Amino acid sequence: MISGFVFRALEGRIVAAVGILLAIGILVPALNLLTPPDSAIHIPTYVMSLFGKYLCYALLALALDLVWGYCGILSLGHGAFFALGGYAMGMYLMRQIGSRGVYGNPILPDFMVFLNWKELPWFWHGFDWFVFAMLMVLVVPGLLAFVFGWFAFRSRVNGVYLSIITQAMTYALLLAFFRNDMGFGGNNGLTDFKDILGFSVQADGTRAVLFFMSALMLSLCLILASAIVRSKFGKVLVGVRDAESRVRFLGFRVENIKLFTFVVSAMMAGIAGALFVPQVGIINPGEFAPANSIEVVVWTAVGGRGTLIGPIIGAILVNGGKSFFTGAFPEIWLFALGGLFIAVTLFLPKGIVGTVQHGLKARQALKAAADAEKGRGDAAAVAQAQAAE
Amino acid sequence: MTSKVAFRVLQSLGLLLCLMFSFAAPSFAQSDPKPLINALAKADFGEAEKLIGQLAATGDARLVPALNAFSEGDLYFRKSDNLVFIGKAAGSGYELIDPVTGASVGQAAKSAVTKIKINNSLRRVIRSAMGGLTLMSPDRGVRLQAADAVLRSPSAENLELLETAIAKETDREVKARMEEARAVSLLSSDRSVDEKRAAIQTIKNYGGRNAIGILMGASASLDPSLKGDVNAAIASIESGQRLWDMAQNVWYGLSLGSVLLLAAIGLAITFGVMGIINMAHGEMVMLGAYSTFVVQQVIRENAPGLFDWSLAIALPVAFLVTGAVGLVIERGVIRFLYGRPLETLLATWGVSLILQQTIRSIFGPTNQEVGNPSWMSGSFPVGGMTITWNRLWIIAFSLSIFVALLVVMKKSSFGLNMRAVTQNRRMASSMGIRTPWVDAFTFALGSGIAGIAGVALSQIDNVSPNLGQSYIIDSFMVVVFGGVGNLWGTLVGALSLGVLNKFLEPSVGAVLGKILVLVLIILFIQKRPRGLFALKGRAVDA
Repeated sequence: MISGFVFRALEGRIVAAVGILLAIGILVPALNLLTPPDSAIHIPTYVMSLFGKYLCYALLALALDLVWGYCGILSLGHGAFFALGGYAMGMYLMRQIGSRGVYGNPILPDFMVFLNWKELPWFWHGFDWFVFAMLMVLVVPGLLAFVFGWFAFRSRVNGVYLSIITQAMTYALLLAFFRNDMGFGGNNGLTDFKDILGFSVQADGTRAVLFFMSALMLSLCLILASAIVRSKFGKVLVGVRDAESRVRFLGFRVENIKLFTFVVSAMMAGIAGALFVPQVGIINPGEFAPANSIEVVVWTAVGGRGTLIGPIIGAILVNGGKSFFTGAFPEIWLFALGGLFIAVTLFLPKGIVGTVQHGLKARQALKAAADAEKGRGDAAAVAQAQAAE
Repeated sequence: MTSKVAFRVLQSLGLLLCLMFSFAAPSFAQSDPKPLINALAKADFGEAEKLIGQLAATGDARLVPALNAFSEGDLYFRKSDNLVFIGKAAGSGYELIDPVTGASVGQAAKSAVTKIKINNSLRRVIRSAMGGLTLMSPDRGVRLQAADAVLRSPSAENLELLETAIAKETDREVKARMEEARAVSLLSSDRSVDEKRAAIQTIKNYGGRNAIGILMGASASLDPSLKGDVNAAIASIESGQRLWDMAQNVWYGLSLGSVLLLAAIGLAITFGVMGIINMAHGEMVMLGAYSTFVVQQVIRENAPGLFDWSLAIALPVAFLVTGAVGLVIERGVIRFLYGRPLETLLATWGVSLILQQTIRSIFGPTNQEVGNPSWMSGSFPVGGMTITWNRLWIIAFSLSIFVALLVVMKKSSFGLNMRAVTQNRRMASSMGIRTPWVDAFTFALGSGIAGIAGVALSQIDNVSPNLGQSYIIDSFMVVVFGGVGNLWGTLVGALSLGVLNKFLEPSVGAVLGKILVLVLIILFIQKRPRGLFALKGRAVDA
C-alpha cells in the first residue's frame, strides 16, 4: 500500500529531478572539499552556501505549489511557516552556544542577559535537545497551519479573502517577533551561532553536510508531494482547486482535504526554514515580512504552478537572478523583478515548466496525428515534426 | 525640555527689554540695584543665591539682561575696582556693558576682568527670579509667559511679587494664570494653613495633569491637616481627567480612523467594487504625496506667496497624475487579467515595485520635506484635551472625500454605469455601455482618490518611496473588514478599527494593540467571511 503510494510518485520527470538534485547534493560538496582552492573546478564555500540557500527557497516554493498549484489556496503567509521553522532551528543553535556568548551565561542566550532576564522562558525549554528542536520545526508551523486552517476552511473563507488573512497572519507575526518581550531576540533575531550537533557551523565540512541535507530534504519532499498529487487524494485535491462546490456536493469533506494539504505544506516550509538558518547564520523577524511571502508566490508562478518541478526551477532562477543583479546593477533589480511579475502573469500564465510541458504535449499530439496520417512514413513524420518546430 | 524652551523665550525677551529700556519707564525703581549687583563680585554661591533673591525682590525689569548674562556665564567683575559688568567677547578682550542701563562702558583686556562663577543650582534660582521680574512687563504676552514660568518652577520667594502683580493686573486670562502661579508658590511657602487650603482649591479648579503632579509633590511637605484636602483635590482632578482622557482617546481613534479611511477609500473602489487585488494601491498614495512635494517645490521657487495654497493646488494635480497612471496600468496590464483575481495580485505587485524604484531613482531614497501650510499647523485646547489643526483638517477632508465619492457613485451617470458593469457586465454591455472604458475610468478614479489621500497623508507622514508599503495591509484590512463592494462599510470599518486601536494602545502598548486588532480581524472574517456590510447574493462561489 505504502510502497504503491511511493512507487506511483516515481514518475519519469520526478525521478530525473531527484537524480539531478542528489547528484548536485553530492557533487558540489565534493568539489568544495576534495579539490584544492586554486583548482579550476573548486567551488568556494560561500558559493556552496548561496546555492544551499536557493535549495531551501526551492523547498519553500515547492510547499507553496502544493497548496496553490494543486489546491487553489493562494497563501500569502508561507514565509511565516518558513520563519517559524527557522526560529525553531535558531533556538536550538542559540542553546548550543552555551557559555561561549559575550556575557558567558551558560543557560541564557546573550539577548536575554542583555534584557536582564533571570531565567529561561518556558517555551525555550527542550530546545537544547536536537531531536526536540527538529520535532518543533515540524510541529510549530504545522500547528499554526492547523489552527489557522481549521478556522478558515471551516467557515469557507476562500479566494482573495483567504489570501488577505494569511497576509494579515504573517504581518501580525512580524510585529510580534519585533517585540523584545516575546523572547525571540526582537529586532536582531537570533544569530552568532557556534555549532550544530557538536560541529562548527562555520566549518566547510558542516556546510557541505548542510548543503547535502538541503538537497536530500528537497528530494524527499518532492517525492512526497508527487506521491500526494498522484494518489486518489491528489485527484480530489485538483477537483477542489477547479470546482470546490462540486466536490463538496459529491460528498467530500473539502475543509479536511484543504486542511491536510495546508498543514503538510506548512511543515515543508518549516523544514526549509530550519535548513536555511544554519547556512545563512541568522534568523530575524524580517523573514515574516509580507513582501517575502509574495516573492515566494512569484518564484512559483515563474517556474510554473501545479508542476512541482517548476517552483524549484523558478526559485533557483529568480534568486540566482537576484544575486546577480543586486551585485552587478543594484538599481535595476527591482525593475527586473517587477517586470518579471508582470511578464509572467501576462505572457506565461503557466510558468516556464508549464509552458514547456504544454509545448511538448502539443508536439506529441502533432506527431501522433502525423503518424496516423502517413501510416508508416516514419521519416516523413520526423521531418514534419522538425518542420513544426 | 519645556523649561529649556521657556528659558530661551525669556532670554530673547531679555534682549527685547534691553532695547525697550530707553522708552519704558522703570516701574519698580525704589532702590538702586547697582550695589546688589556689585556685591556679586566677591560673593560665594550661598551669598549669590541670597543676592539674586534680593535682586528679584526689587521687581526691576531692567535686571533681566544682567541675570541672563549671569546664568550664561557672561558676568565679569573688574579687578581694579570690583565693579560688575556684562562682558561680550570683542577682539582679544571684552566689551564691558553696564548691567543695569545696558550702555557700553568701553573695552577691557582679558586679564583685567574675572568671570563670576555660576553653577546649576544658581541657574535655577536665576530662572525663577527672572520669571518674577518679567511679571510686571507692560507687554501682555511677556506677563503671561512669566506667569507660566513661575508656574513651572514655583518658589516661595516669588510670592510677594506675584501678589503685587496680581493686584495691578487687569487682563483676566493673565490674572487667572498668575493666581494659579501664586497658589502653587504658596504651597511651598510658610503661609497659614487656611491660605494653603484655599490655594489647593485654586489648583484643583485649574485641573490637568500638571496640577496632580504639583499637589503630589507638595503633599509631602504640607501640614498633615491638609492631607485630606490634597487627596480630595487629586481624586477630583483625576476623575475629570479620566473623562477627558477618554474623549482624547476617541479623538485620536477618529483621527487614526480618518487616516485609514483616506488610505482605504481608493481601494474600496479598485478592490471593493472592481475586485482587483490592487497591490499597487499604496504606491498611488505615494505618488500623490510626491505630487504634493513637486507642487510645493515649484511654488517655493516661483511664487512663494502662494505657499498656503499649495495643498489646494496639489489636490487636482495629484488626482490627475495618479488617475493617469492608474489608467495606463489598467489599459496596459489589468484588462488582460479580469476574472483571474489572484493573478492581478502578482501583476500589480510587480507594478508597485517598478513605481517604487522609479520614484527612488528620480527623487532618491530619503524622506522629502513637505511643508505644512500655516492654517494646518498649531493646535488649540478644548477643555482637557488638545486638538491639532492638521488632524482636524484630515478628518474633515477624508469625510468630504467620502461624501463626494458617494455622490459620484449614486447620483452621476458614470456612477450608474459603474454599478451596472460591476453587477452584471454582460447585461450592461448589451444595454450599450462601453464596459472596457467604464473599467478603465473606474480604476483611474480609484487611483486618483488614492492620490488625493496621498496629498493629505504627506502632511502627517514621511514622504519616502516606502510610504505606500506602510498603508497597503491596513487598507486591505479596512476594506475586507467593512465589507467588499460597500463604501459605508469602509467608513464604519476604518473608524471603528481606528478607535479600537487607540483604546487598546494604552493598556497593551502600540505594537501588541495592532497585533490584537489583526487577530480580531482574522477571527471576524471567520464569522462573517464577507465583512461587516456584506452584499447579499446567491452565488456559491464569489
